Order: sequence, then C-alpha cells, then structure tokens
Amino acid sequence: MCTRSADRPASHQRIWLLATIVLLVVAAQTGIHAQGYPTRFEFGTPATEQDISAVAIAIPADGAGLPAGSGDYMKGKAVYETQCAACHGTDLMGVAGLPNMPAGTQLRLIGGRGTLASKNPVMTVESYWPHATTLFDYIRRAMPFAAPGSLSADETYAVSAYILTEAQIIDKSMVLDAKTLPLIEMPNRNGFVPDPRPEIFK
Amino acid sequence: MSTKDSDRDDARAAAIEEALGGIGQRISEAEAASEVCECKQGMFALAATRRQLFGGAGLVAAVGMTGVLPRTGAAKAPPGAVEYPVPADSTKEQGRMMGEDGGYGSRSQFESDVRWANPTRTASFAPLQNGYGVITPSGLHYERHHGGIPTIDPARHRLVLHGLVDRPMKYSLADLKRFPTVSRTYFMECSGTTGSEIMKAREPTVQRTHGLVSTSEWTGVPLSTLLRQTGLKPGAAWVLAEGADAAVMTRSVPIDKCLSDALVVFAQNGEAIRPEQGYPMRLFLPGWEGNISIKWLRRLEVSDKPNYTREETSKYTDLVTKTGKARMFTFTMEAKSVITFPSGDMKLPGAGFYEITGLAWSGRGKIARVEVSTDSGKNWSLAALQDPVLPICQTRFRFPWIWDGTPAVIQSRATDETGYSQPTHQQLIEERGPLESGSLFYHMNAIQSWAIARDGSVKNVHPLG
Ligand code: HEC
Repeated sequence: MCTRSADRPASHQRIWLLATIVLLVVAAQTGIHAQGYPTRFEFGTPATEQDISAVAIAIPADGAGLPAGSGDYMKGKAVYETQCAACHGTDLMGVAGLPNMPAGTQLRLIGGRGTLASKNPVMTVESYWPHATTLFDYIRRAMPFAAPGSLSADETYAVSAYILTEAQIIDKSMVLDAKTLPLIEMPNRNGFVPDPRPEIFK
Repeated sequence: MSTKDSDRDDARAAAIEEALGGIGQRISEAEAASEVCECKQGMFALAATRRQLFGGAGLVAAVGMTGVLPRTGAAKAPPGAVEYPVPADSTKEQGRMMGEDGGYGSRSQFESDVRWANPTRTASFAPLQNGYGVITPSGLHYERHHGGIPTIDPARHRLVLHGLVDRPMKYSLADLKRFPTVSRTYFMECSGTTGSEIMKAREPTVQRTHGLVSTSEWTGVPLSTLLRQTGLKPGAAWVLAEGADAAVMTRSVPIDKCLSDALVVFAQNGEAIRPEQGYPMRLFLPGWEGNISIKWLRRLEVSDKPNYTREETSKYTDLVTKTGKARMFTFTMEAKSVITFPSGDMKLPGAGFYEITGLAWSGRGKIARVEVSTDSGKNWSLAALQDPVLPICQTRFRFPWIWDGTPAVIQSRATDETGYSQPTHQQLIEERGPLESGSLFYHMNAIQSWAIARDGSVKNVHPLG
C-alpha cells in the first residue's frame, strides 16, 4: 500500500517515505490503517451474471464456454460463399487489391504447410494456427469484417468446419460442436516456443 | 504488413487528398516557388523554418511525396489548424479575441505535419522527423487498429472485471476517476515497427520506417488497485483483456504484469485520451508491444491460463524462419534508437555544422547511453542525452557534427540500463533467420543508417546492400 510514494516526483519522495514510516508505526501501534489511501474503495458496482455473460465471449483453447449448436461442411460452404468469399476468396486464398484492406496474402486462410522454415513463409489457419478453438473465437468476435458478431453459433461452427475441411485438417463428414471442436489437432500445434529474449548477439 | 508499390502510389495520392481535406488543385514545386511572395494571404509558409530549409519534410514528406505542393492561395488550413487572413503588418491591427476558437486552441495554419496512413489503412505513422523533445502531440500519436476507431459514449461504457476473482466488479469512467491515479510518461511502440526493413531499405523517411512509436504522459489507475478490489482466487495467473471495438481485440496478460506497472488509463497529455487511443479507457502495459495495451477496454477476465487468442497466435508471434518455430508472448520492446535529423528525404544545404538529433528508448528501463557514428560505424562517440532520462520513455539525444561535404553514413546505437545494446541487421538475421515476405519481422530493433550524398540529400540505406 505504500507503492504510491514511488509515483510522486523525486522531490516529494523523502517526505512520503517519512510519512509512510510514521504511519506504519502508528498503524502498528493502534491497528488503524495508514491515513489517506485505503486498500478498498466503495465505488464501482458488483458485476452481475448478466453483466458478465453480455461480454464474456472468449473461448480458451480447451473450449470451455463454447455455446450450444453445431455445424458441418455443407452448411458452412453456404455461409462462406455468401459472407466470406468476397475478401477471403472462393478458393480461400485471399483476394488481392481490395481497397483499405490488408494485402491478399494476409487474407489467405489455407495452404502453406511446410513453408514456415523458409524466408517466404505462408502463414494461414492451416499452416500456422495452433488451436481450432481460436478459429471459432475469432470468427465469432470479428468476422465477417463488415458485420462482426452477426453469425449464429450454428453458422460459426459450420463455417469453421468448412475452413478446416478445405485446409485438410478435418473430414467433410465431421460435425463441429462444443465437444468436437476442442479435440481437433492443428498441424502446427507444436510450432510455438517461449520468448528467449534478450538474445546474446555474436 | 508489406505493401506493393502501386498500393503505395494510390496511398500517396489518397494521403495527399486527405491531408488537404479533399480539395486539391495542385501545382508543381517550381510553380509553387514562383508564387511565393509575402503578399498572398493564406499561403503555406515557405519561410526558413528548419523543416522547409532542409526540404522534403513537412506535409510533403509526411505524405511521402515530392514534386507537388498545395496551391498556396487556395489551400485550406492543414488538419488541426484554422485558416485566418494574414495581415500585412501584424503590429498595425488588433489580433483575434480570446474565445473565438470556442475555447479549444488549434495549431498554426502554417504547420502541416500529419500522420501518414499506410495503404491498407491499418496503421498510421507519427512524423518523427519534425518532432521536438520527446512528447508526441496527441493528434500525431501513431495508430494501429484492427476494426477501425469506435465512437463510445462514456456514459454507457463499463469495464467488467471477473473470472478467478472473489468479487466481480464493473466500473464506469466516473468510478475509475475516483480511484487514486498516477501519471507516467511512457513510450508505446508497435511490435511491427521497422519490421519490413529487416532485409532491405524500403521506406524513404523516418516517419515511415520508425513512425510506429510515440510518447505521451498517461494518467490512470494502477490495475493492481482494481484487482485489489475484486480480490484474486488461487490459480489466478493470466488476465484476458478485451476491447469494445469491431475487432473485439483480445490479448492475454500475465498476472505479474497486471500486479506491477500495468495501468488502466483515461488521460493522455493532460486531457482525455483520444478516440483513436482507446477513449474512454485503455489498458497500458509499459514497455510492451503496443497491441497488448488493449484500447476501448471493456473487460478483464482473470484466468489460470492464456486464451491463445488470434492476436497472440496467428498475429504477434515471431516466426523464427531459421527453425520454423514461432516465439509466443514476445512482449518486451527492446532498446532502439533512430536519428530523426538529418533523416531520409531531407536535404542538407551544404557542408558545415549540424546538430544530429534523435530518439532512443527501451522497454526494459532507462537509456544508459547513445553512441553516434558518422563514418558507417567505424567510430562511435557518445551523444548527449536530454534530461530527465525516464524509464520506458523516449530519450532525446544530440550530437554536434561538422559535415565536410563528402558522402557519409550516420547511425545511432542505444544501450539501456540492463547493458543491452541495439544489434545490427546481420545479428538479428543470424539469430532469427531471414524473412522476405509472409509476415513482419516483429521486434526489429536494428541500428538504422542514413546516407548523406555529396549534394546533401539523405537516403535510407541498408548495411546488407
Ligand atoms: C470485407 C472483407 C471481409 C469479409 C467479408 C470477411 N473477412 Fe475475414 N478478414 C478480413 C480482414 C480485413 C481480416 C484481417 C483483420 C485483422 O488483421 O485484424 C480478416 C481476418 C480473418 C481471419 C484471420 C486470418 C488470420 O490468418 O489471422 C479469419 C479466420 C477470417 N477472417 C474468417 C472470415 C470468415 C469465416 C468470414 C465470413 C463469415 C470472413 N472472414 C469475412 C476481411 C474480411
């Protein structure tokens, strides 16, 4: 609780230090808390279940919190063609030259396996993403770009199934839902390492 | 994000269009020069301020373009300025009344520095070449968004804290402002700054190479204070931070950072943070890559593990092409520096004295020293550091130099208080492998070189040719 002294300009620090020591001694003797800065404040409102569920949409890697519903390749193909293909391409390879849009390669969703150890890596859902749950999470929060958050849970499962099938990660017949999605093993799931920096340069 | 040249040309045109507010009769530099006379009202000043003296700076450099200037007579005021008639003699008539500006001042109509937006409109770059001191004016602070700038009514915005906590809470902006606050001057840098420069010199100006770094004074509440209100349950190890923008931008933050210097800020340079910086509130994680300081912060969820969101797996992981493995949770922005004057696209008027100046910064603490070389790195000398040298803040350095008029390459090299020194391009490539395309070389902090030709023109050059 004395950390605030560190936030004062240097010229005030000694005074704060002194004041803190005095207060700590007083506090120790009388059992009262240091004057001025309590550790608990009365403002703010307890967040209700409703407050939380209205915003808590994140899906962790283990799939906890995935919603009810399901979807498969065929349904996903329809969603993809009407809602995604304009930017990501009917072949899922990304559309180049769209105004105010990342480059086509950034919009590519499939391909690129075996290219990561090269100076021209192709980084896609297929070649790079470690978790299938991230696909559901990201599409639900941010896609389609012009109308984020507009897909139903069924549509999100379905379009995820479509992308993962086209990426040759799952079979066309697989139905995605809260149980099956977290079980998918992504090709690059072991492709990540912790940050080793600072590097020792030769 | 790599960009094609055709994109770039479009972007230049668009940036100019935007910088000029869409009105645009344009004429050549020669025509503009012929029009320069003191009698015209509302013209762009071509007086001998430093930016014009050394050419290529100001609006022209900011939009990455030479050869055209705005038609002086017809030009509207630059962004952030209001155009007023210029009297023949300002001592012979009364100036404007106070309050005529509505109570919020604007910059001079003769100042035209603007952020440069990239062709994809996903980032904009601060005009470092014309900056002074270390504070970036709020309106010139670099930007990076994934889903545009949302308009958020603070009366309706709430920050919800939940997850592995004893007491889930929600706070309004007004609630947040009642907590004890701190103010700190910190730099913020995008993890991708200079990433496209790793293999060769691509961008002409320091704005476009290094402009994704800025410094502001930030005011807010320590996140530790808020987490003390909610309490933490056993196992609390990560906090998922989420924004209220169209990307619902999400990143996982280790709890140690949240309990040390992390802030939830609502003010920047003495006023409310700008919408593009996260109004009404944002997370601020000092010294870490910019994207993790979630803007428009609406939710913090305490958890026992990271979420592996798209922004910490697909994006903002550092592929080491040497091995094919990618580094994950690469938070720290390491020591870096750049000479901002003289820098790319400027032109020195002739041999003689120049004060080389630039910026140095480190996410690990204070800058300990900056060395400058004016002979392609053969000899290095200490630059003077402007005090106060603050931790995790840009530090201005200066170095007196007499240019003998022969070709020269000037460089700066920063060392921080941990003893870490800026590497060379070669060292970074040896460590992480080369990267031509496909992704950005994140956390690229190599020593920058500017070459000065015999005619005084300054160019971005790369040590590997
Ligand atoms: C209007 C263009 C547009 C449409 C339509 C669109 N997207 Fe996107 N998508 C984007 C952009 C732009 C990005 C990159 C956003 C960023 O970088 O933050 C993106 C990114 C993605 C990514 C992440 C790619 C990566 O490698 O990180 C996925 C997955 C994705 N979109 C899926 C979809 C799906 C599924 C749909 C249809 C429901 C869709 N998108 C519709 C523009 C679009």
